[in-house]
Amino acid sequence: MAPRGGAWSWLTTRDHKRIGIMYLVLTSAMLALGGFYAMAIRMELLTPGPTVMEAQTYNRMFTLHGVIMILLFMIPAIPGIFTNFFLPLMIGARDVAFPRLNLFSVYLYLAGALIAVYGMIQGGADTGWTFYTPYSTTTVTKVWPILLGGFTLGMASIVTGLNFIVTVHTLRAPGLTWMRLPLFVWSSYATSVIQVLATPVLGITLLLVAVENVFGFGVFDPARGGDPVLFQHLFWFYSHPAVYIMVLPAMGVVSEVLQAFARRNVFGYKAVAFSSLGIAFVGFFTWGHHLFTSGQSAVDAGIFGVLTMFVGVFTAIKVFNWTATLYRGSISFQTPFAYAIAFIFFVVFGGMTGVALATVALDVHWQDTYFVVAHFHFIMVGGTLTGFLAALHYWWPKMTGRMYSEKWGLVAAVFIFLGFNFTFVPQYLLGNAGMPRRYYSYPERFWALNVASSAGASVLAMGFVIVLAYLLLSLKYGPRAAANPWGSRGYEWMTPTPPPPENFLGQPTYPRPAHDYREAHPGQEGH
Amino acid sequence: MNELMRRLLFLPEQASAYARQVDQLHYFVITVTMLGSAGVGAAVVWFAIRYRRRAEGDPTPHLSPRPYHEVLFIGGPLALFLLWFAIGYPLFVRLATPPKDALDVYVTGKKWMWKFAYPGGPNGVDVLHLPAGRPVRLLVTSRDVIHSLFLPDFRVKIDAVPGRYTQTWLQAEKPGRHDIFCAEYCGVGHSAMLGELVVLDPARFDEWLAETRRSPPLAAAQDFPQAGGDPAATLVEQGRRLAGAYGCLSCHTVDGTRHIGPTWLDLYLRNERLEDDTTVVADESYLTESMMLPRTKGVKGFQKVMPTFQGRIPGPEVAAIVEFIKSLRTDAVRPEPSKGPVYAPVPGFVPPEK
Repeated sequence: MAPRGGAWSWLTTRDHKRIGIMYLVLTSAMLALGGFYAMAIRMELLTPGPTVMEAQTYNRMFTLHGVIMILLFMIPAIPGIFTNFFLPLMIGARDVAFPRLNLFSVYLYLAGALIAVYGMIQGGADTGWTFYTPYSTTTVTKVWPILLGGFTLGMASIVTGLNFIVTVHTLRAPGLTWMRLPLFVWSSYATSVIQVLATPVLGITLLLVAVENVFGFGVFDPARGGDPVLFQHLFWFYSHPAVYIMVLPAMGVVSEVLQAFARRNVFGYKAVAFSSLGIAFVGFFTWGHHLFTSGQSAVDAGIFGVLTMFVGVFTAIKVFNWTATLYRGSISFQTPFAYAIAFIFFVVFGGMTGVALATVALDVHWQDTYFVVAHFHFIMVGGTLTGFLAALHYWWPKMTGRMYSEKWGLVAAVFIFLGFNFTFVPQYLLGNAGMPRRYYSYPERFWALNVASSAGASVLAMGFVIVLAYLLLSLKYGPRAAANPWGSRGYEWMTPTPPPPENFLGQPTYPRPAHDYREAHPGQEGH
Repeated sequence: MNELMRRLLFLPEQASAYARQVDQLHYFVITVTMLGSAGVGAAVVWFAIRYRRRAEGDPTPHLSPRPYHEVLFIGGPLALFLLWFAIGYPLFVRLATPPKDALDVYVTGKKWMWKFAYPGGPNGVDVLHLPAGRPVRLLVTSRDVIHSLFLPDFRVKIDAVPGRYTQTWLQAEKPGRHDIFCAEYCGVGHSAMLGELVVLDPARFDEWLAETRRSPPLAAAQDFPQAGGDPAATLVEQGRRLAGAYGCLSCHTVDGTRHIGPTWLDLYLRNERLEDDTTVVADESYLTESMMLPRTKGVKGFQKVMPTFQGRIPGPEVAAIVEFIKSLRTDAVRPEPSKGPVYAPVPGFVPPEK
């Protein structure tokens, strides 16, 4: 990006690329804050009793960790940064369909973040990010700013999703048919559909909880005539599909990165594209698997269990096609590729443990234990983070015009992969052993595994510090990037670096499918 | 084999036939999961080595799947997942349908203790006595927020939802002691909401039940070693002795005079004004919380000098002390039934008069 113009030109920009960079700065700051809370949690759990904080402080820490990581980082990060920056470049558009609305979404995000931060300064909520009633409607902690912040962030998410849907429908370049869209566009499209359809339910639910907490309405609290389980249905109707809001864009990134670094077209384009829509669709009918131990009827539990497995099947389709994409490729093992295969590992292991949870009987033991914590950190956090990092490294040269240190990139990737496993594999075992989640203190027999997990977390944090260091250094000292340093034949690399304000010099044409490496045609490499 | 896998996976002991069956499914599922991820991981690594880039600008073939690829990619995982489900779902249905001849026990969760009641008495706090070899149905509810009764040794868990009863069942195989955890986050005392399941030999259990029905406090007595072990003492009497043993009475008076801490006389259900000028009803929940976290909701006008008793007083003893405080009334008769929820209402919210 050309750093022309002062701060005002950034604050009022309607350029999707600048908006993407603004999201990058904001969501990265939130990732750092959420990571700080994560380390505080792991620090507290180093010993069975009180370690560095009081129980109430701990409760606030894990609540803020969840709220920040989910609502302020994982949901907005990849769509806000990379879909914003690259979707128009991939479909040959000059910008998104509604550039002003796009800028508005940044300010909504900022407003939501500020309201939530206000809540944190006021002491923060102690409800967990799931806000289960009637706890959340009767707690005396400052829960309403966090809820209102979530509501505002939800609006930002809806606006962004709407914008991308209209963009894909109306702004594709001539000749770019649906069946030729890059896979990142497909997964972003599926994500946007979920954002638009599911987020309003979260907004209503959070508002109802806030109103009940502040004014004493009786929607969810049985002491006032409400139904606490109703909340769980409404909450998970959004929050389960929200997992796919987080991980689908990452799947799109991985599809792009694998093709670019294996120099091969994806095996099964249609299967990968339609499985994104399949996940988006089935994802709406699985929420009940969060309620297996709530007294739900056995019939409901069975239906939700089977439907959940279809998500696993759609994911498996992607995994097999990605693996087959590497077959007879020309593979260059560079940092983005390293994150892409880390992604595959996390998604396979995390995903299969998710299907294990859907067998209902096993869930009864694992529900609300560290097993579930480990499972969703593998699939949702492991998936989103590695997708985010793969995207960041793959597109960094195009976004900043600079190259980062490849050596340090791989070192950090190793730290992050190993650190992640050392953090969360012990948590799977803790869940097996029966340690419930959100425990401030625990019996001594859980001690060793907790120490192992905390040790892993510090390796993971180290990895992120390295990434931050070399990326920041590359902005000043990194060599200037060529227009297409990876030799990728993704459409987004056809424009110069930095991309001109209107994205292309003239009208781009699309004679070949994306990632077509059948013959050498150096024209597209841009060296 | 069972023992080896159980230890490898850090699973707790298997206290029922159901627990063993669930674990068999667990072994199968987790083995397949590990093989699956290792297989995909190995394939990816092998391809990355075998097809590493040898020359810049190598063309690669354009490969597309044939129909049998798609069938394999979809059918393989689907068949596997449905097989897991076919094993796991009947187990769940079994857990959801208690046998008709089961012994009923009522379980109430509240911040932060478990109460167990047998039809026709007696009641127990935090310690659940059950007979070995007999099916037991647990009818579970909550008095405040959602809790979840978790018996890891039985692989059983059921939410305690206020305003409704949920049920589950179990059948212990032999006498022994087992953990009870609260699995649903319920506030400051969540991780201290521990209970214990004591499984007795069936004959011994019947004896115990008859004994405790004759003289109810006896049940509680064996849980109060600090109180001097007088098995005949009532809960209130136990509480009075415990209050002395833990040093409560060196700061709190029982006759209404002001000392270092608020007096206990007429404390129960009193409206206490807190540091931040909100008020709180001194119910069981508040009294328990004040012992565990005395500095979070300190009464206005008193210095915050009380130490925490978190981890120092076990749940049954807390209940006894609370009972003792409840007994300290000037009129000795509660003027009216407790109104409204047992937890502190939201500030500013006035419950409607019944």
